[in-house]
Amino acid sequence: MKLDAKIPEGPLAEKWGRYRAACRLVSPANKKKMSIIVVGTGLAGSAAAASLAEMGYQIKAFCFQDSPRRAHSVAAQGGVNAAKNYQNDGDNAYRMFYDTLKGGDFRSREANVYRLAECSAQLIDQAVAQGVPFAREYGGYLANRSFGGVQVKRTFYARGQTGQQLLLGAYSALSRQVAQGQVQLFARHEMLELVTVDGQARGIIARNLDTGKLERHAAHAVVLATGGYGKIYYLSTLAMGCNGSAIWRAYKKGAGFAAPSWTQIHPTCLPQSGSYQSKLTLMSESLRNDGRIWVPIRAHDQRPPNEIPEAERDYYLERRYPAFGNLAPRDIASRAAKERIDAGFGIGPQKNAVYLDFAHAIQEYGEGAIRERYGNLFRMYEKITGRNAYREPMMISPAAHFSMGGLWVDYELMTSLPGLFAIGECNFSDHGANRLGANSLLQACVDGYFILPNTISNFLAGQLTAPAIGPSHEAFAAAEQSVALQLGRLLNIQGQRTAGSYHKALGALLYDKCGVLRSREGLQQAIKDISALRADFWQNLKVPGATETVNSELEKAGRVADYLELAELMCRDALAREESCGAHFREEYQTGDGEALRRDEAFQYVPVWSYQGPDTPPELVEEPLLFETVSPTVRNYR
Amino acid sequence: MKITLYIWRQDNAQAKGNMEKHALNGLNPDMSFLEMLDVLNEQIITAGGDPVEFDHDCREGICGQCGLFINGRAHGPLAATTTCQLHLRHFKDGDTIYVEPFRAAAFPVVKDLRIDRSAFDRIIQAGGYVSARTGDAPEANALPVPHRTAEQAFDAAACIGCGACVATCKNASAALFTAAKVSHLAMLPQGQPEREHRAQAMSAQMDEEGFGHCTQTGACEVECPQEISIAHIARMNYEFNRGAILKP
Ligand SMILES: Cc1cc2nc3c(=O)[nH]c(=O)nc-3n(C[C@H](O)[C@H](O)[C@H](O)COP(=O)(O)OP(=O)(O)OC[C@H]3O[C@@H](n4cnc5c(N)ncnc54)[C@H](O)[C@@H]3O)c2cc1C
Ligand code: FES
Repeated sequence: MKLDAKIPEGPLAEKWGRYRAACRLVSPANKKKMSIIVVGTGLAGSAAAASLAEMGYQIKAFCFQDSPRRAHSVAAQGGVNAAKNYQNDGDNAYRMFYDTLKGGDFRSREANVYRLAECSAQLIDQAVAQGVPFAREYGGYLANRSFGGVQVKRTFYARGQTGQQLLLGAYSALSRQVAQGQVQLFARHEMLELVTVDGQARGIIARNLDTGKLERHAAHAVVLATGGYGKIYYLSTLAMGCNGSAIWRAYKKGAGFAAPSWTQIHPTCLPQSGSYQSKLTLMSESLRNDGRIWVPIRAHDQRPPNEIPEAERDYYLERRYPAFGNLAPRDIASRAAKERIDAGFGIGPQKNAVYLDFAHAIQEYGEGAIRERYGNLFRMYEKITGRNAYREPMMISPAAHFSMGGLWVDYELMTSLPGLFAIGECNFSDHGANRLGANSLLQACVDGYFILPNTISNFLAGQLTAPAIGPSHEAFAAAEQSVALQLGRLLNIQGQRTAGSYHKALGALLYDKCGVLRSREGLQQAIKDISALRADFWQNLKVPGATETVNSELEKAGRVADYLELAELMCRDALAREESCGAHFREEYQTGDGEALRRDEAFQYVPVWSYQGPDTPPELVEEPLLFETVSPTVRNYR
Repeated sequence: MKITLYIWRQDNAQAKGNMEKHALNGLNPDMSFLEMLDVLNEQIITAGGDPVEFDHDCREGICGQCGLFINGRAHGPLAATTTCQLHLRHFKDGDTIYVEPFRAAAFPVVKDLRIDRSAFDRIIQAGGYVSARTGDAPEANALPVPHRTAEQAFDAAACIGCGACVATCKNASAALFTAAKVSHLAMLPQGQPEREHRAQAMSAQMDEEGFGHCTQTGACEVECPQEISIAHIARMNYEFNRGAILKP
């Protein structure tokens, strides 16, 4: 596999402008004749499908939920970043670029990150025009809050439902195009295979989840916008259906997979309370604007929190990181929490949590103000735990949340497989080894609304004379057959264990060996354990029912089968990276006081994995990271 | 905890359904209602049976995909709570619980507790948007929106599209769902240019999908997990009449 990032020439701030001035266009008459498949209707997918349809392309949009509006973007709470400088606090595109690059521990491409910051302001304009009801000041202008890892207020929000409101905006734009006949919508459809012809993506095989039937869809280009794979840890802040299947199958068809082990464990989630548990709900990072994190100063202190006097509390983030305090970036906050919990200072019935305390904020601003800022989060907390966070501190704990890793893409968001694009959380692009809060709604939107429409046209302009390929082409028949075979195989095992039980076992294993902390020995063991679990899966799985009908268990089994393979690649990736960077913390590589030890001399590159077949280890290809504008420094939040 | 469940089983939209009894032991009060169904399905599958199909995804009350009729109430006994956010601590040890799908002619059953709510998508497609193309947008702060207006628009925009309003309404009306979108956009300056058309077109689609009319019983507001007020239905009626007079 050869990688060419295709970064435009010129100074950082001019690259995107130069690209747009030079990229090729498709004429209106030709756009009508070109079709694009967009898999996923989250922010990235809906934004892309709507924008491309408005331009005149024929779009087919797919999602596995029963409506595009339910994609997991809907669950984002805290906000979306944009360098508008409405607060007059010195913000601009360069500062946002630098914060993002530094937040990602200098493991992303300068040009991409700058473009993200550059396009951010435009996104707020777009969303407001769609009717997204962002929070406003009393004078009627847009309000902002701050998020982890930065010292300006650049986060726009709509109560604690920013993702929902942004998604409904994109969904409404998509709906308008559906009504105009420019977009054909396929809800309750799951992509199960990518179809390639002569090394180029030309379509997909999807399963209609209501009938169980396999369908072939052909197009001039395929866009994956299938979201993150954090659900691989089973207990996570993601939705039950979130999966890595679409990108995994693309990887097996030749697309490079970048940095699979860079997964973010979010510091403020609800702790696990029992083995039946199916998810760990996120308590938005925005809470850290006003909440203070602490544990008792004495280990195994059993007293209720309100009885522990001020002097016997350890506000460990404020102690260790005085400059950023409770707003230290996520990787750092999660590691600090895990350190305290592992050392015996954890609180709650399972001793697996820390406190997030609002008493000071309530004293300072009044309960009313806190209710207006976070009312829905406090309510959600009470619903799930039965506790009132206005009266006692919340109990929170780190949980799997986001995947920085994903399909490798070049500056044009095209994967290493021509004609296959990846946008939103499913690609590896702007976040490096750690994503800053409120940057990923932004990335999904910017990819979908502003970048892809330009870059995909540049690609399609070269396809006008390409031979027409329809669903009757033999490549589609072969792909469909291989999917049917796999579904049959899953159903025919008829063993003893459900897909869910394998998923739980895999998740526990990954939390232990490839979570907040990683080590050589642990990872080597994990690779063996995962391959044993996978072997057991293919011998002892039990899937009830049949293929040609509604069958949630069959859907789950397919996703878990892919997770069992992806998990191994994650561990290989983490093992190969003998340094600590961002969310990837190798115990062997830390400083004397327990901070991450990055090794730029050996690892200043993006690891990209190339599939070599079922029985051959994948090949590791490096995309070197060149820093022309900034020089990587040691991240310091003290 | 011990719970006896009567669950609706139905193979597809055409098939006749029936209630099926299941007894569950050793449940934990901190379990969510859907986690209880996970436990049930795990048991059914291990025993060689056919697991219960039900809708769900985010399990945090925001995607709107879950929705069960529990003991005769949409999303169960708690106010302002989706099915996925309902926990067993709100039931008593030994309780018997009846679980059915959201029922409405416009929401055909797909299987068991799973229903087809695509009618909602088509109502939005009929006009639940501002026609702002990518690239059209002016500077966001060019048009100030009073704090109160933005908050009120948000109250309506918060709808998660679960369909509890329809399921609980004796007329199976989609008035609250439709009104939430009409009202959200009617309040904001961005929604003004298409105001007259929007209320008319969305109401017409609502009728076409086979939803009933609103007779102001207010049941929808009681069951709405997002506590959307029926005042928005009044606003929709106003918008509808205004649209009829001012015809776009
Ligand atoms: C609880 C939570 C809170 C968050 N809060 C914030 C925040 O405050 N700020 C922020 O910036 N970011 C936040 N994030 C991250 C952010 O929400 C996501 O990264 C972003 O929304 C991803 O958007 P997406 O469009 O890439 O994917 P998604 O919205 O996940 O959409 C994926 C789409 O792909 C479809 N799909 C997936 N697989 C298949 C398949 N095989 N076949 C067919 N369709 C498929 C799905 O149906 C769906 O439509 C949060 C994330 C979570 C989980
Ligand atoms: S599962 Fe998403 S709202 Fe209940």
